Amino acid sequence: MNSIIEGFLKAFSLILTLDRELVGIIILSLQVSGTALLIASLIGIPAGTITGLMKFPGRGFIIMLSNTFMGLPPVVVGLFVYLILSRSGPLGFMGLLYTPSAMIVAQIILALPIVTSLCHSAIVNIDPIMGQAAATLGATPYQKALAIVREARHGIFSGIIAGLGRVMAEVGAILIVGGNIAGYTRVMTTTIALETDKGNFELALALGIILLIISLLINMVLYVFQKKGAQRRP
Amino acid sequence: MSLELVASDIAKKYDSGQVLQECSFSFRECGLYVLMGPNGSGKSTFLRISALLEEPDRGDVRFYRNGSQVEKDISIRRRITLLLPKIGVFNATVFWNAAYGLKIRGLQRDEIQERVGKALDFVGLGSKKYQKALTLSSGETQRLGIARALAIEPEIFFLDEPTASIDHKNTAIVEDILLKLKKAKKTIIIMTTHDMAQAERLADTMLIMQNGKLVTQSA
Repeated sequence: MNSIIEGFLKAFSLILTLDRELVGIIILSLQVSGTALLIASLIGIPAGTITGLMKFPGRGFIIMLSNTFMGLPPVVVGLFVYLILSRSGPLGFMGLLYTPSAMIVAQIILALPIVTSLCHSAIVNIDPIMGQAAATLGATPYQKALAIVREARHGIFSGIIAGLGRVMAEVGAILIVGGNIAGYTRVMTTTIALETDKGNFELALALGIILLIISLLINMVLYVFQKKGAQRRP
Repeated sequence: MSLELVASDIAKKYDSGQVLQECSFSFRECGLYVLMGPNGSGKSTFLRISALLEEPDRGDVRFYRNGSQVEKDISIRRRITLLLPKIGVFNATVFWNAAYGLKIRGLQRDEIQERVGKALDFVGLGSKKYQKALTLSSGETQRLGIARALAIEPEIFFLDEPTASIDHKNTAIVEDILLKLKKAKKTIIIMTTHDMAQAERLADTMLIMQNGKLVTQSA
């Protein structure tokens, strides 16, 4: 019990003194996950919007695929990206394995189905009357689509936040493709796994507390957006 | 000068059956035209086709200005508007909703402020400008729909059952707004209703829709 309390005290000390190693790991985590989420959003929001608004061959397949991939196990993604980026893989010549770029690729694959699927759901849940209302007021097809996306904004933001939650908490994929190299590819979750193995609980606990705070913030934002979205009258 | 609408031999069929057949009428003079008829008689379909929201199976909707036919392009689409029975309120303020049609036309902020202010005052919502539109009552929502349409200063204004879902008090307010609009003689107003008394109170011209045909008209 004392060792746990001691571990917490040291962890808080690391946080309060802004320990250099700790801060470096947090910044890298945010950079990797933030970049992955940004790219996943840039692809996922248009994909979710197009599948939500338009009917075309293969639409059902895309929706089914993104729904299925929402629950992809991170280690499987890690293995897949590893095989693609490894020296003998098709993209091995790029030399991306064990770099933050490889971690970003893995996290894009994890976040993209979530952003796409939730964006699609948000769009299709908007009452079709909204598009008609925009058209009656003189909107072009593009302006009509924008009006629907604007109406679905709370649901779309929820999708982005859910994607962030997924990539921030993930450990399996980035451990495989990043290699957990100190000062280069070591992020919060992989550090927690490593330091726990080593019995070095202070840094693991400090990062655990930071991850929990980030998770709490993500959920608070998610709650606010879901509440705002729920204000719509049926 | 003003826009005229000519509907010729409009026919429309859905899976449920023939809705419109050989519907023809010319709306040339500014004033209030009321389309009467029982539920399912094709009033709304006629309005949606005339407002270019739907294509007819047969027949044609044409627009004329100064005796010459004009293309049904975006500029004409922006001179007409249809108030749907459920208006579709954007999740934003009353002002934002009323300004939507002007924003998508790329109007300057000052002009938007002025026109939206006038339209909201006209329907008695001037004091609720910054209120969330979703918190308005049914009657106020309907009036917001009218303000949103009036802000774009349409030459032809279609209203599909504008008072079907609101109480007597708000119905009287909406009727009053329509009478003021009719008096201004700047717009062709075409509305549907199945309330005979209301039609008599408002109409310059009354049209009866029965089994998909415009069968009677009376001034």
